Amino acid sequence: MTKRTYTLLIPLLSISTALLFSSAIIALAGRDPVMIFSKMVRATVGSPYGSGQLLFRMTTLILAGLAVALPFQAKLFNVGGEGQLQMGAFAAALTGALCSPDMPAPLALLLTLFSAMTAGALWALIPGVLKVRCSVNEVIATIMLNFIAQGVTGYLLTDHFALPSTEKTAPIIAHSTIPTFGALFGWFQSSPANLSIVISIGAVLFLQVLLFHSRAGYELRASGLQPDASLYGGINARRHTLWAMAAGGALAGLGAANLVLGYRHCYLAGMTSGTGFAGIAVALLAGANPLRIVLAALFFGFLEYGGLSVNAYIPKDIFMIIEAATILFVIAYGAAGKRIADK
Amino acid sequence: MSTEPPPPGGTAVRLSGISKSFGEVTANSNISLEIREGSIHALVGENGAGKSTLSKIIYGMLRPTTGELLVRGQPVRFDSPRDAIRMGIGMVHQHFMLTGELSVAENIMLGHEESSLFGRLKMSEINSRIRRESEAYGLSVDPEALAGTLSVGLLQRVEILKLLLRQASIMIFDEPTAVLSPQETEQLFRTLRSLQERGKTILLITHKLDEVLAVADTVSVMRRGEIIGTLPAKEVTKPELARMMVGRSVILKVDNPPASPGEEILSIRNLSFRNPKGGGRLRNLSLNVRAGEIYGIAGVEGNGQSELLETLWGLYPTGTVISGEVTFKKEPLTAKSPAEIAGMGVSFVPEDRLRYAVITEFPVRENLVFGRHRERAFRHGIGFDGSALDTFAKKMIADYAIDCDNPASQPLRSLSGGNQQKIVVARELTRPNNALLILAQPTRGVDIGSIETIHRKIIEARLGGMAILLVSSELEEIIALSTRIGCIYRGEIRHEFSMEETGQKRHSEPEFQKEIGLHIT
Repeated sequence: MTKRTYTLLIPLLSISTALLFSSAIIALAGRDPVMIFSKMVRATVGSPYGSGQLLFRMTTLILAGLAVALPFQAKLFNVGGEGQLQMGAFAAALTGALCSPDMPAPLALLLTLFSAMTAGALWALIPGVLKVRCSVNEVIATIMLNFIAQGVTGYLLTDHFALPSTEKTAPIIAHSTIPTFGALFGWFQSSPANLSIVISIGAVLFLQVLLFHSRAGYELRASGLQPDASLYGGINARRHTLWAMAAGGALAGLGAANLVLGYRHCYLAGMTSGTGFAGIAVALLAGANPLRIVLAALFFGFLEYGGLSVNAYIPKDIFMIIEAATILFVIAYGAAGKRIADK
Repeated sequence: MSTEPPPPGGTAVRLSGISKSFGEVTANSNISLEIREGSIHALVGENGAGKSTLSKIIYGMLRPTTGELLVRGQPVRFDSPRDAIRMGIGMVHQHFMLTGELSVAENIMLGHEESSLFGRLKMSEINSRIRRESEAYGLSVDPEALAGTLSVGLLQRVEILKLLLRQASIMIFDEPTAVLSPQETEQLFRTLRSLQERGKTILLITHKLDEVLAVADTVSVMRRGEIIGTLPAKEVTKPELARMMVGRSVILKVDNPPASPGEEILSIRNLSFRNPKGGGRLRNLSLNVRAGEIYGIAGVEGNGQSELLETLWGLYPTGTVISGEVTFKKEPLTAKSPAEIAGMGVSFVPEDRLRYAVITEFPVRENLVFGRHRERAFRHGIGFDGSALDTFAKKMIADYAIDCDNPASQPLRSLSGGNQQKIVVARELTRPNNALLILAQPTRGVDIGSIETIHRKIIEARLGGMAILLVSSELEEIIALSTRIGCIYRGEIRHEFSMEETGQKRHSEPEFQKEIGLHIT
């Protein structure tokens, strides 16, 4: 087996090991794993509504995964997707609510999308600047900024922008929303699946080209792999650090647009529900490859919504275990592969 | 001038059918070899031939996939070097395993303290034992000196003493002369012979054929993981060994036609370099390089070569104080970024190619344009012009005899050191509008066949009017290529051989090497 095939097999091996592992846990909890998994399949791809839920969750997961994957190609570990998602969501909700209802739809939509991306990008740029200017490790900075984002949005929501006796902001104007497939074509019944999935697939294709077929991607990857060589090759690694972080944050902001513009139409406390963290798992499972992120997001979307649907039989916490275990298996198998090749 | 072999003793080490593979790569294949007790046995081969793997197997650092290892007739299975040391096997590594902040004696006993963990160390007893042992072998060294203050030659002595005090009787030397000056090399050979006289068995791993012929009794030649032959050193010549190593006849000396240098391209006046820690590494260094000549800088490593190269390439650490004047075509070259310097027409083959000159994970094709990726000819839209890259890669692979079938997908790291270096040289020699080429150790870790190609291309570039500054610790290379030679010692050019002198002395190389040796130590 060549190293290349092994690398491609790692995600599959990890997923199967994690499924076996979780089957064992489900069995220990007194349930039949086969029954649980078949119920999950039926609850997701088995019905139009379930498929729509799956698509909706995939959308945010894809974008949150890309938010990690792009900086990862420059060997920057952006753990701050959750904070960037929250800031993006909050900015989108405020902008959408502040727009005049008469504003033409394309303009209102673009403006709201733009504000979500800008908020995410600026939030991610902070660790970028800290790294370039003060050599602060981006992992620590992004973790801290997650807490700060949590605090900032929480404070702004409860003390300033929440509608009286609720935990949500005023609804955004109709022209700022992204229509659901249900409203447009009658697809996926009343599920929250909306046109944002098109944006996320567009982002996947754009990043695939940018990373692997453009000079900017060439420089970005080179500066991540070998910083010293990049200096020799006349590549400005600092500039790449900054734009990779900012673009990652903007992608997380787009993920927030799916939640706000496509579904809730307002900012709701806890609406991001850890999807930014799930994005880390998605990116790692996909080896930070944009195309493979779609598949990884499908898998995690399945666990997320499928897990919710069998909550009556088995606590959905089990599926958090599967998600996390998969990633540990990815890393462990990756390291094992390297050791096999070296010894 | 090899010494008479000792009376035929038993076999110190016997390998039978040893194979070792790493994944799909076979580093050693079915190796059978006998090392006689009390002999100096040389193991020669190109980089990547499997010499290091074999020596690591004998020293217990690697376990063979198949085959048997016998030490003094006894089959052994080593799990770690500790087991090998117990059987009286020791190794002097190419990179010394010494701690600069500890004294010689402390370094020697590290890990063998012969006292309980919190017990008192018997320093004076250890010191006197080291003195006794070192005098017996003519390896005098002060046991109380800090290792960090010793020269490379002395550090090597410490490594040898370490083995002697651990009662090693089979000693493996991995490329021991790589860091030594010609004088230190001779001293080492004297030591090896005196070790032999006292019954030690020596396995000498090297790629320098002159050394083998000077000191070894028996030579084994490796190629592509196999032993091609084992012969008495007296019965072979250098070209024969080279042919066995490479598998075909090679030209060991490149043709170096006379030069007619033109205008001055690079001028360095009174250059001083003080690093942030306050160490002055260059002292009023002056030299100039003209178009159409190769200025060779000969010297033992650590005499300011790296600092000179850092200055020229604009890659010195922040806080460095540089004074003096460096001009390229009359324009100042200091306080510029690497990209700006490259833009002026200076190309650079750095010493540590894997760290600086290539992206090892990238395919060969992408590496052939690394640092040149903004050139218009390679661009197309926001990306690259794939067919231009392919054409360029194809041309370079043909011109420089690079062994690579699929430049668009093969990652650079899958290539041998020689082929990697040919890629760097090809890229830097073909930069458009280039006037100055700086080469640092251009053939380090490169196989003989590739050295031949690289040397020929360097001479071609010179004939094409390029000014070339060559820094190399291999005197052979300096003598073969240079038009003029500057001898660097403690941060200054201590002596310069003119064009006429260099041209004449090139033909009596051993004497010339010794003469240069006097100026660099």
